[in-house]
Amino acid sequence: MIAPWTTQILPPAVVLVSTLAAIVIFVAGEQRQRLRIWVNLAAAMLKLVLVVWIGLEVLAGEEFLFRFELLPGLELILHADALSILFASLSAVLWLVTTVYAIAYLEHSPNRARFFGFFSLCVSATMGIAMAGNLLTLFIFYELLTLTTWPLVVHNGTPEALAAGRSYLRYTLTGGVVLLTALAWLYGLAGNAVFTPGGFLAPLAGEHGAELRLIFILLIAGFGVKAGLVPLHGWLPKAMVAPAPVSALLHAVAVVKAGAFGIIRTVEDVYGLDLVAQLGMRLPLIAVACWTIIIGSLLALREHHLKRRLAYSTVSQVSYIVLGIAVGGLLATSGGMVHLVHQGLMKITLFFCAGIFGLLLGVSKIDQLDGLGRRMPWVSGAFTAAALGMIGLPPLVGFISKWYLASGALAAGMPLVLAVLITSALLNAAYFLPLIRRLWLNPPGTLAEAPIEIGRLPRLALMFSAVATAALVVVLGVLAAHPLSPLNWVVKIAQGYAP
Amino acid sequence: MKAYDTLMLALVFIPLGTALIAVMLPPTRRRWAVLLGGLAWPCVLVPLSLAIAREQTLTLVFGGWSPPLGIGWRLDALGLVVLWVHALVGIAALPGAWQRFEPEKPESGPFWSLWLILATGVNLATLAADLFNLYVALELTTLAAVALIATDDGIAALSAAMRYLLLAVLGSLMYVLGVGLVYAQTGSLAMHQPGVVELNNVALVLMLTGLMVKAAIFPLHVWLPHAYSNAPGPVAAIMSAVVGKVALVALWRIWFETAVDPPMLLANLLGLIGAGAIVYGAVAAYLQPRLKMVIAYSSISQFGFLLLLLPLACQQAFQGAGFHLLAHGLAKASMFLAAANIVTVLGSDSIRHLPGLDKRMPLEAFTLALAGITLIGLPPSGGFTGKWMLLSAAWEVQGWFWMVLIVLSGLMSAAYIFRILALTCFHPARRAVHHLHARPPKITSFAALLLALLAVVIGLYPHPVLDLLGSGVPGAGP
Repeated sequence: MIAPWTTQILPPAVVLVSTLAAIVIFVAGEQRQRLRIWVNLAAAMLKLVLVVWIGLEVLAGEEFLFRFELLPGLELILHADALSILFASLSAVLWLVTTVYAIAYLEHSPNRARFFGFFSLCVSATMGIAMAGNLLTLFIFYELLTLTTWPLVVHNGTPEALAAGRSYLRYTLTGGVVLLTALAWLYGLAGNAVFTPGGFLAPLAGEHGAELRLIFILLIAGFGVKAGLVPLHGWLPKAMVAPAPVSALLHAVAVVKAGAFGIIRTVEDVYGLDLVAQLGMRLPLIAVACWTIIIGSLLALREHHLKRRLAYSTVSQVSYIVLGIAVGGLLATSGGMVHLVHQGLMKITLFFCAGIFGLLLGVSKIDQLDGLGRRMPWVSGAFTAAALGMIGLPPLVGFISKWYLASGALAAGMPLVLAVLITSALLNAAYFLPLIRRLWLNPPGTLAEAPIEIGRLPRLALMFSAVATAALVVVLGVLAAHPLSPLNWVVKIAQGYAP
Repeated sequence: MKAYDTLMLALVFIPLGTALIAVMLPPTRRRWAVLLGGLAWPCVLVPLSLAIAREQTLTLVFGGWSPPLGIGWRLDALGLVVLWVHALVGIAALPGAWQRFEPEKPESGPFWSLWLILATGVNLATLAADLFNLYVALELTTLAAVALIATDDGIAALSAAMRYLLLAVLGSLMYVLGVGLVYAQTGSLAMHQPGVVELNNVALVLMLTGLMVKAAIFPLHVWLPHAYSNAPGPVAAIMSAVVGKVALVALWRIWFETAVDPPMLLANLLGLIGAGAIVYGAVAAYLQPRLKMVIAYSSISQFGFLLLLLPLACQQAFQGAGFHLLAHGLAKASMFLAAANIVTVLGSDSIRHLPGLDKRMPLEAFTLALAGITLIGLPPSGGFTGKWMLLSAAWEVQGWFWMVLIVLSGLMSAAYIFRILALTCFHPARRAVHHLHARPPKITSFAALLLALLAVVIGLYPHPVLDLLGSGVPGAGP
């Protein structure tokens, strides 16, 4: 048991920790590098501690709820359920690692105060999304996320970065507008409802079926923009001009996952999968997810720019989450949700490695990877582990997700979905195996640019980040049966949704 | 009740009296009159707010004759919101105006008298309870504003002031023609006596058109961009925050409280004009080459929202429009104040000079960003609250067109706001500005920043304002 006031104060505290860090970083200015590093690390640690604390209490059955009336009858609600903890702990862990990585990566670049300030704000927004207790709160933080990631996307200030920023805003703000419409509509129908497992709209289905169907489409489209559902994914590859830590964060934790998380909440906690099926929306959702998985992989196959290939791979992989949720049942739901964590770990590793190759060796194209395995064995090893995980090689984490998804598809009697999963695995292999071959088997090529000299400590920090996440890819796969593994946590969540 | 009478009188007579004193005092003493006039009347608002919260409306009757025979003043929740915007913006604009027109200098005497007369006019227009009193107040406001615009150096300010004067006088003529018709027909001019004064449509349209010229509602806005962008920064701040708005509030009052059952067709037409204003203003703002022009055109766009109240006409719409008025007033004034500082330092507000501004003037850049978020209506901010209330009003009256419009308007605002922000903070061309002028005192930057912060923070805690507005629905509201 903990004091009642702590259960109210902790959810906003988790959100505000990084907001405070951001304020300190902004006020301290560009020159106070040492202070900035310490504030960054301390805030990241503190956040992790808080999330773990809340997680343990949630496990013990404690309820966390913070309410704040924003408008008459319209509340800002922050709460912590098992699903929030899943996303929050993923963000907290990966934020810590990415902070270490980013400090080293940006050691000599200008505008670091601005970068780290918005970086922290961005994590604040992500935490808000994780902890949101109703759609309005989710929407508010979703919009804040757009605002706080835009400065990161355009950080370099090159014409390409500015163009990417424009494209990003065009997509995400339009998505936000679509969401706002759906939200106002839903609010008119159902009032100020909190997330409830199994949804709260079932009583309205008889009378307002058509409207609910339209609202569902709007919600999925609004969240789908950030989740990169094809054809709403256009911003993602362009946003790759951002610095590598940003790409890593965008893909693994913040933006893309926020979209996927919104879809999970919509399907499970607003509508309930039964209602979605009853409205005839389940099969279209599955179809969209499958379509995105295949098209994303095909587009990745066509791409020769390393980070952009990874971006298309994200488009494809994030839809696994949507697919699992839409197929439903204990197995598939678990598979989809656990992919939220697993994809995050693998993708952040890949981006870390791509960033290191780019920063230290000036590598940005796939054919420049030749023979890098011997030059940078640790980084190349991490890259290889994550790429193999993406393909779904046992016992890596990617395999766990896919295994559950595949069994779930069979259990739900959907062999076509299984076919899509197998095709996708083959496509994944087709666009990742050549990279691995180039890294280890091809003779070293000549690099266009001379290696950039950076200090010993930053170099270690960069490698440490990549290797640490890669280690998690392996360890969490091997120890998937452990009671505290993400898989077991997710199965617990899924039991709440699909008994 | 007598105490409140005195307070309401103070709202008008403090600035008026100090304006006269400021003319008479020698320049060395003038600052006391200015400080008294600028800071004393806002204090009066505190007890008045408490009274309004309790009694909803306060009336002041002159000479013991109650309307429609006598003339009187009337203060309600909406009026109070306008007065608060006026007070806050007035105080925040004071440091900038002080720095630009030091009261000790002999030549800045006219400025401060006009400044205080403008305050008198705005307060009087908010309090006026009959059509003629309103006319006088609006004239006073306009003339003071015209003269204030002309205080800026250069021919551009002078021609902008001239254009404003001509159009505003035209608007006044139309308005007063309508008032004459009403008086000839009914023999009464009281605004809050529905049924006593029955407006015919000709008079109504005449008065509305006149007020729309003064409020710079598209397509009668032509005076606004030049007037706002050439006026001294503090004047532009006051004008954008309240001067146009008092005319608009008068329009609301005549529509809801004086006219009996105005035709729905006209309401929809005015709503469509508002829609046109929103779109036109946003597109024009996107195309402007000067920062102050962008802000000015954005005002035209945001004023359009205030017209949406007419077709939506329900309690939530009223709360939303009132809240939007508040949030926009604060945000827009903060942008003009920040822009004034930028002009002082860079010597120009051409957007080509903006790159690198976040380094040179971080406070101003931050102010522009914060105010921009409110203007776009992103949550959580005052702009979002106003928009959300308008949205739920549109839902309530099943006005799908308005709903789509309100939702899409955010995107249009985003286009011109982010254009400025991208240029300011992220553009690679760190263009060397040949000569940086001396920075204005920090207090002017902080005053702008505080206004922008306030515009965002009211979105987090909107209850007091919404409750206040909720109790004072205009006559037609259900």
